[in-house]
Amino acid sequence: MDLSRQEQETLDGEEGEAAAKAMAILQAVGNIYGADKLIPVTSAQVAGVSYKTIGDAGLEFLEDFASKGAKATIPAYLNPAGMDLKDWKRMGVPKKFAEKQLQIMSSYTKIGISPTCTCAPYHIGIRPALGEHVAWSESNAISFANSMLGARTNRESAVSALASAIIGKTPNFGLHLEENRKAGFIVAVTARMEKMTDFGALGAIVGKIARDRNPAFIGIPRTKATEERMKSLGAAMAATGSVALYFAKDITPEWNVEKGTPIETIEVSQDIVDEQKAVMQTEKGAVGLVAIGCPHCSIGEIREIAKKLESRPAGKSLAMKLWVCTSRKTKDEADKLGLSKIIEKAGGLVVADTCMVVAPLEEMGFKSTAVNSGKAATYLPSLCGQRVKFADIEELLN
Amino acid sequence: MIFHGRTISKGKASGEALVGTEAISFLGGVDPKTGKVIDRQNPLFGKSIAGKVLVIPRGKGSTVGTYVLYQLKKNGVAPAAVINLESEIIIAVGAIISEIPMVDRLDKNPVENIKTGMKVKVDADKGIVEIG
Repeated sequence: MDLSRQEQETLDGEEGEAAAKAMAILQAVGNIYGADKLIPVTSAQVAGVSYKTIGDAGLEFLEDFASKGAKATIPAYLNPAGMDLKDWKRMGVPKKFAEKQLQIMSSYTKIGISPTCTCAPYHIGIRPALGEHVAWSESNAISFANSMLGARTNRESAVSALASAIIGKTPNFGLHLEENRKAGFIVAVTARMEKMTDFGALGAIVGKIARDRNPAFIGIPRTKATEERMKSLGAAMAATGSVALYFAKDITPEWNVEKGTPIETIEVSQDIVDEQKAVMQTEKGAVGLVAIGCPHCSIGEIREIAKKLESRPAGKSLAMKLWVCTSRKTKDEADKLGLSKIIEKAGGLVVADTCMVVAPLEEMGFKSTAVNSGKAATYLPSLCGQRVKFADIEELLN
Repeated sequence: MIFHGRTISKGKASGEALVGTEAISFLGGVDPKTGKVIDRQNPLFGKSIAGKVLVIPRGKGSTVGTYVLYQLKKNGVAPAAVINLESEIIIAVGAIISEIPMVDRLDKNPVENIKTGMKVKVDADKGIVEIG
């Protein structure tokens, strides 16, 4: 990969040690993937925030990197942390974990990365436009940015996104290039797609068969395809596979299906979707925790949960714990709208900055968790040792 | 014997070669305190990579492995240098942030031509590897 004179100077240390390292990281990534040059990005979204995920290894690196003068030069945002940064005690997070998590946060803010702590930046107004280049690293955020917004990002690692935050650029390869943004196969959906879990299950199915191909969906009814449901579809595909870009007819801004070239078509019926749901369900009995918000809830989803809880018989509180996971910004809004209060009155918690996948659920004594998310249902057994109930909000809150 | 390859992470180092035929996941595969390979499935299980010129096909597994290399370095048990057949982003970025010299794409297959215990010199600035 060629570097400009200015980029070479940064690599040689003229902007300091941290910037030199960031440039070396981007150069190596560019060389490995055959990029021709670096291109500017308008934002970076940095994963690798939860102490549970990055451990002491990541914490030590971030502290050293911050103390060496690493500074973000473009708007940069953080992925969820391992706990609610304000209310971790109420969540039952162990103190030792909390201390480490707060150290990680202070390193990131020292570097100048906004502590948004959300995997759904698109729900809080961080929405790159069609054709805009960004460097994001959370798998569902990547999928949403590429697919629903038509922005362009590769699947960045925590460190490469951090390097992009500092340099303001990314190597030009992969999904930044038009030629790699074409459909690889068609998914003909005949399932009814009436529920959130239909979208999560469909995503889990397609992720497993996609390999390195971009799927193109036909047959998802436009009226059923809310942003929240499409988010769930993309998140599940990125969890069971590595899908970073998909197309959906009449829904996504891009529809790059080449005319005249033969293309594999896979049909997904309601039966197949229902079978997948059954596979994802590993807990048939009672659960200790219901966790909604993977990816993070929008204000609309929180409103729906509050409405559902409000309609319950007065005085009847939930038999299990309930977490509604969202960003700090959306929680503040839910607080102001009185939605958090309704949820708390029923025995639930609106949890900000974190989610069930990156929180230390096992350490906190949970053995089984109910979710409405295909992504959470995929990750909770392996990452958090949980048995999973996979169902829609209406059923979970009954 | 001299090999020519590509610079991934700059620097110079020499040491005894430790050659593995399988990819390594640093997260969960190498103990950051001792530098020992703790992945039972890996042929190098039980061996220490500390101070060695580590010759393996590539890295694999979680990207957090990048940070494990950094921890190894801070604990003084990192490899002296890394030689891969073809780099991937986990070890490459780990080597850069930890200042461990690293090269790949040698003109002769290093996993076949370098044997464990051989004395190896790595000049990653020039992309040159020398045995003996």
